[in-house]
Amino acid sequence: MDLPVITPEAPKAGGCSAGSCGSTADQMGDMSAEIRAKVQDHPCYSEDAHHYFARMHVAVAPTCNIQCHYCNRKYDCANESRPGVVSEVLTPSQAVKKTLAVAATIPQMTVLGIAGPGDPLANPERTFETFRELALKAPDIKLCVSTNGLALPANVDELAKYNIEHVTITINCVDPDVGAKIYPWIFWQNRRVYGREAAAILIEQQQKGLEMLVARGILVKVNSVLIPGVNDEHLKEVSKIVKAKGAFLHNVMPLIAEAEHGTFYGLMCQRSPTGEELKQLQDACEGDMNMMRHCRQCRADAVGLLGEDRGDEFTMEKVEAMEIDYEAAMAVRAELRARVTAELEAKRQKAHAAKSAPAVQVIQFQPRAAKPAGRPVLMAVAAKGGLVAIHFGHAREFLIYEASAAGAKFVGHRKADAYCSGDETCGEGESVLGRTIRALQGCEVVLCARIGIEPWGNLEAAGIQPNGEHAMEPIEEAVMAVWNEMLVAGKLDARSLAKSA
Amino acid sequence: MALEIIESCVNCWACVPLCPNKAIYEAKPHFLIDADKCTECTGDFAEAQCVAVCPIEGAILDELGVAMNPPGSLTGISPEHWAEAQAEIAAR
Repeated sequence: MDLPVITPEAPKAGGCSAGSCGSTADQMGDMSAEIRAKVQDHPCYSEDAHHYFARMHVAVAPTCNIQCHYCNRKYDCANESRPGVVSEVLTPSQAVKKTLAVAATIPQMTVLGIAGPGDPLANPERTFETFRELALKAPDIKLCVSTNGLALPANVDELAKYNIEHVTITINCVDPDVGAKIYPWIFWQNRRVYGREAAAILIEQQQKGLEMLVARGILVKVNSVLIPGVNDEHLKEVSKIVKAKGAFLHNVMPLIAEAEHGTFYGLMCQRSPTGEELKQLQDACEGDMNMMRHCRQCRADAVGLLGEDRGDEFTMEKVEAMEIDYEAAMAVRAELRARVTAELEAKRQKAHAAKSAPAVQVIQFQPRAAKPAGRPVLMAVAAKGGLVAIHFGHAREFLIYEASAAGAKFVGHRKADAYCSGDETCGEGESVLGRTIRALQGCEVVLCARIGIEPWGNLEAAGIQPNGEHAMEPIEEAVMAVWNEMLVAGKLDARSLAKSA
Repeated sequence: MALEIIESCVNCWACVPLCPNKAIYEAKPHFLIDADKCTECTGDFAEAQCVAVCPIEGAILDELGVAMNPPGSLTGISPEHWAEAQAEIAAR
């Protein structure tokens, strides 16, 4: 006789490491041991790692060789968090000093990246001098670079010299007609080239650079900026092509285009994608490609864990005043790395065990005909350190999980302004709350440590159920507990799906 | 014969390493060109390199005070078509 099959997406033999759970961390099961070793302590390449390991960017590369419509070259701003923005441009020797100071103070800092504020490879002397010095003085720090790709083929050999294991290329298109709407011009072979011709050259160099890196065994992440009406549909093709050429991870990021940033798109009222549009595109690409969902679009001088910035503690003035014993720091760093790696491994094992558990329990509640066993539900979580730990009104971002019979899958994050930050700003509270609720569009539940009566009512009115019953519980357990409650209450059957659609 | 950088310069550094005469230097509030050193790249390049890489329309002038990258030349949208282009982009 047939037993009811209630988990069509259930992990096959081998549990989540078989690769169907979707998040970057889970897909690590598909990787070779060599690749896993390369990404397990890189916060930008491993979703798991970003809870534990920190990164920093040093802004040694001011010059740029292309113009993107989402960038304003007047980058000197301390109040904005987005790529290409920095407060002080450093010389290579200042950058080395700063890196050693951060590495000694924040032993979780495993990765040093050069990401701008211009393009690192448009400043090859400054970029490579920094790498050369760091490879000598801090061999325990991973070096990586993020580039627009125009000068990549010319610099691949040099990159390989410094044992750089990770390179990110921003690829927004593979079609010059699409590119002409994103890049007004490039600087190429000592002249300015415009429009479609410029985009064609850029695309050719990016693709060539990608192939050359893969041929040398360097891990390549591709970043793409999702620009509604310009490259949204096109990015699915981009994802297929870069995957076929051997890129390891695809990070689709939402366009940032506020008028006050003074970018072309900002001034021209080009809109940004909604959180739902971003997720839909990431989901569409996921069948073909390992997608990164935890990017926080950090600054070119960011310091710390993703989503936090400790740059203020390491201005050059403060760094110059620090005395660093790097030999001693390296011992502390090695010890911490070993401890976290072991902890991560244990957590991974436990998570996999926990994920298969609900599937077994679910069986008992399911009538035979009910297939599939409950639709997926999006939940927003005000989290810290892997726990449901933040007051709703204090959350600056919500992690978004998709709960289903297959488990809780991290699918992204949505930014929010903490609307309740003290007396003086509470007057504006309502409009900020409205914006937060809009940002949570598509979610049916929000989990938080606590929540006030007013936002509770507003969330309910917007069709989002607040839930404060799982304070300080691990996120995935809390999300699955709520999902199972919804399942038992009959909220996840086919009829409720039709209603919600 | 020399070019001049004016106050709309955003100090992005793009021009500095390209100058074959090392005529461009960091200054407050914006970068400057040493008129004695500038040759407008004659004999070195077909286009003045600072002009060819500068991302800001109107930030570099020739010796007659004429903008080397006039309005609309870098965005590809002339000022009279700006509103039209904005309407089209805003509708995306």
